[in-house]
Amino acid sequence: MTNAILRLDDVHTDIAQYHILHGISLDVPEGGVHVLLGRNGAGKTTTLRSIMGLWKAKAGAIVFRGRDITAMHTSDIARLGIAFVPENMGIFGGLTVEENMRLAATHGRFDKARLDRVFAIFPAMEKFWDRQAHALSGGQKQMLAISRAIIERRDLILIDEPTKGLAPAIIRNMIDAFREIGEETTILLVEQNFLFAKALGRTVAVIDDGRIVHRGGMAELAADAELQARLLSLSLEAH
Amino acid sequence: MTASTIATPTPMRTTSTRVTIGRVIVYGFAAIVGVCLLFAPFLFPDVRAQEVAARICVFIVLVASYDLLIGYTGIVSFAHTMFFGLGAYGAAIGLKTMGRGFEAIVLGGSLGVLAAFVLAVLIGLLSLRVKAIFFAMVTLAAASVMLVLASQLSNFTGGEDGITYEIPRFFSPANRLEDGNGDQVRLFGVPVNGRLYLYYFVFLSSLALFYLLVRIVRSPLGTVLQAIRENEMRAEAIGYRVVAYRTSVFCIAAVVAALAGVLRAVWLRYTGPDVTLSFDIMIDVLLMVVIGGMGTMVGAIVGVVIMTLAQFYLKDLMGAGAEATAGLPLLPELLNPDRWLLWLGVLFILLVYFFPSGIAGTLLGKGGRK
Amino acid sequence: MKSLSATFTRFGGVMLLPVILALVAFVLIGRPSSWLTLTIAGLAMGMMIFLMASGLSLIFGLMDVLNFGHSAFVSFGAFIGATVLAALGIWVRGDSAFLNIAALVAAIGAATAFGALAGWFFERVIIKPVYADHLRQILITVGALIVAEEILLVIWGGTPMPVPRPAILTGSFLIGDVAVEIYRIFAFLLGLAVYVILHLTLNRTRIGLLIRAGVENREMVEALGFRIDRLFIGVFMAGSALAAMGGAMWAGYQGLITPALGSELMVMVFIVVIIGGLGSIQGSLLGALMVGLTTNYVAFLFPKLALASTMILMMIVLLWRPWGLKPAVKG
Repeated sequence: MTNAILRLDDVHTDIAQYHILHGISLDVPEGGVHVLLGRNGAGKTTTLRSIMGLWKAKAGAIVFRGRDITAMHTSDIARLGIAFVPENMGIFGGLTVEENMRLAATHGRFDKARLDRVFAIFPAMEKFWDRQAHALSGGQKQMLAISRAIIERRDLILIDEPTKGLAPAIIRNMIDAFREIGEETTILLVEQNFLFAKALGRTVAVIDDGRIVHRGGMAELAADAELQARLLSLSLEAH
Repeated sequence: MTASTIATPTPMRTTSTRVTIGRVIVYGFAAIVGVCLLFAPFLFPDVRAQEVAARICVFIVLVASYDLLIGYTGIVSFAHTMFFGLGAYGAAIGLKTMGRGFEAIVLGGSLGVLAAFVLAVLIGLLSLRVKAIFFAMVTLAAASVMLVLASQLSNFTGGEDGITYEIPRFFSPANRLEDGNGDQVRLFGVPVNGRLYLYYFVFLSSLALFYLLVRIVRSPLGTVLQAIRENEMRAEAIGYRVVAYRTSVFCIAAVVAALAGVLRAVWLRYTGPDVTLSFDIMIDVLLMVVIGGMGTMVGAIVGVVIMTLAQFYLKDLMGAGAEATAGLPLLPELLNPDRWLLWLGVLFILLVYFFPSGIAGTLLGKGGRK
Repeated sequence: MKSLSATFTRFGGVMLLPVILALVAFVLIGRPSSWLTLTIAGLAMGMMIFLMASGLSLIFGLMDVLNFGHSAFVSFGAFIGATVLAALGIWVRGDSAFLNIAALVAAIGAATAFGALAGWFFERVIIKPVYADHLRQILITVGALIVAEEILLVIWGGTPMPVPRPAILTGSFLIGDVAVEIYRIFAFLLGLAVYVILHLTLNRTRIGLLIRAGVENREMVEALGFRIDRLFIGVFMAGSALAAMGGAMWAGYQGLITPALGSELMVMVFIVVIIGGLGSIQGSLLGALMVGLTTNYVAFLFPKLALASTMILMMIVLLWRPWGLKPAVKG
């Protein structure tokens, strides 16, 4: 694929003495939501963290918009226009919602139009604007984490299991929100929840034991029950 | 066995099957030290050398028990001399109040060891749950308060002056072994008397305690400790109760340190803050274990002997250096024998940077842990 | 019980503890004049310790580095301050209030500047290579402490050094029948000013926002595009500078200093940080005031228990709240 915004080429990553990624190769096309599926411990989180430079890949190349970012500093990677929503959401609990958002806004100043857009997608953010973030519910924290990622225009948003621990009603809200965000930018979404993934994904890659075991369109996978059974039998939720 | 050790065979395992030059040097050195200590009264008959030999025996136990903590468990405690002191003061107060008998040593020593144990349980349960750094601070605070208590409760402890007392008559030089004619029995020219018995009492007790520690680290407990040190979260996930293990190791180390304190008190016939509780000794122990090699046990022998020799010879060397540079600015001050810790401190920092596994660890090929 | 704790929280929660402590002491001591003297002494001492503790706590909170060498900054600050005051001789002893203050500013300024510079050196050379490795970090900083204390001995020798106190800060004034030492008021006000500045910096500026965020989650701050290492060095320098400032203030307070001063204070500073909770300025202030007050009250009521009292205080706090009274919120 030539229109890939992000390309991983044979990426290997170790955590301490454990070899976690055994050569991940992956293209993320520009625009829309792209899903990385896999069971616990397959290497999904490690893949996202390697892209973000939080764990350095020891071999292989990570290329963003034609630029090799493998060895770059995390903060520089972020400044290229990549936002990261980690599994634990990375909310600053002692800060208010506003302060959390302000950290993500360029020079700490909000663009009125973008702020209104965030409030349109997540009305709760306006409501809890002055509240300390640790007082938010799990779903609200997740909304804050995503709001923080979209308060500025980013080219790529990496999101790690946003539905984890959320109630079904909130997950339905999230699907709408992600659809809307996916119209403006590219999202690489790590998931275990196949229903959620199926509703959003344009393409899908399945990771197992540190390797990509399947790549293709989400529509094909959704239509092929047998393929699903083979790839996803490994303790994926809700299928 | 645990998943973490399957994934990462510990370096010890892989090297223990091979005989390397490093191993020969380290164990050869330890063996020579052992032989020297075994025959110390005969090899170095003067009083000063025997004092050094007895100090080395006790410190090997003290440093090895500290190694159990820092090297095998990754816990940094600054309260180790506190436990050492509790044992010493227990024996000392026993001998002072009950008179010169073995029962005084046993009773006083046991109380001291018990106090160390109880305190270790308290500190461990209270603060081992939280970060290593936090634990280091708490132990430092506890140890300094103990130091203040020892100097303030002077009715008990003799304050800054400490306590002098007599030890059982059996250990006194007057307890001579006589032959049928009432003459002093001599062995290789050395008089056989209480002083000799006392040395062997200290030597054999130290040997037994050191052996105990080696057994502990080679036991299944030692393997668990290694797993915890290498990956705490993983060990916890596998189901080890990390806090319980840590607390029990902290207690074992405390008890052994207190027993070493008892030996020190009996040998010296004097106990005071500067020989048992002070931070200078804590720093010495820390330097010894790091220089010798954390997590090796045999490193305790290397560290103690090298530090003890350095204390004597480095000072001489520096004295000579200071004289030679007498005319220059600042240099004589830096080379003043009293400043020997300055250079040892620099050496220590460099060692932690470049050879974090210490002399024995590096020679044994344990490599630098990250 | 529940309503009691709710009331407690409404009136300031744990920040109320020093007040409660003072009230209890008032009852125990019985004589208002003694109580007032002890309270002022305790507050002054607490504020000086706050200067030393706040830096340590912030550095720990942000970087996860506990600098056992922190007390070296305190010692050097004390000796540099004392040396400057001694060198300025007539400025210090003279009657001119202006020269007095100039000498004082020079002394504290020299100590603080040294602290900042030494902090820069420390962070770059000593600590940077061992971030994220607690064991080696503790060992390295202890090693650095040993070396620093020896260097102190090389420069200033082992004998106690008298510290001239600027004439303007000498003596005392009367409130009713209570004599209040001017220096104590000065120490209290300086500490308070530093607290206010720190508080405003942390809560009203962008740097402060970044620091607070960094204390909670370093990685996320980086993932938002900020260089945390630049923040580290700034905070490390500021923390070390504050320690040196506290040392200089302490030197003036004591009037006679020895090289052991740093390690003696360090235990107190550690207890303050443990009581207050790591990583928060408010916690450091709270812990420092409680330790200062407790030390002074207990020294009066039960002289033998003075130092043990802070230890007991620490034990109680740890049993009640294992993370300290007001730790920074994590995660």
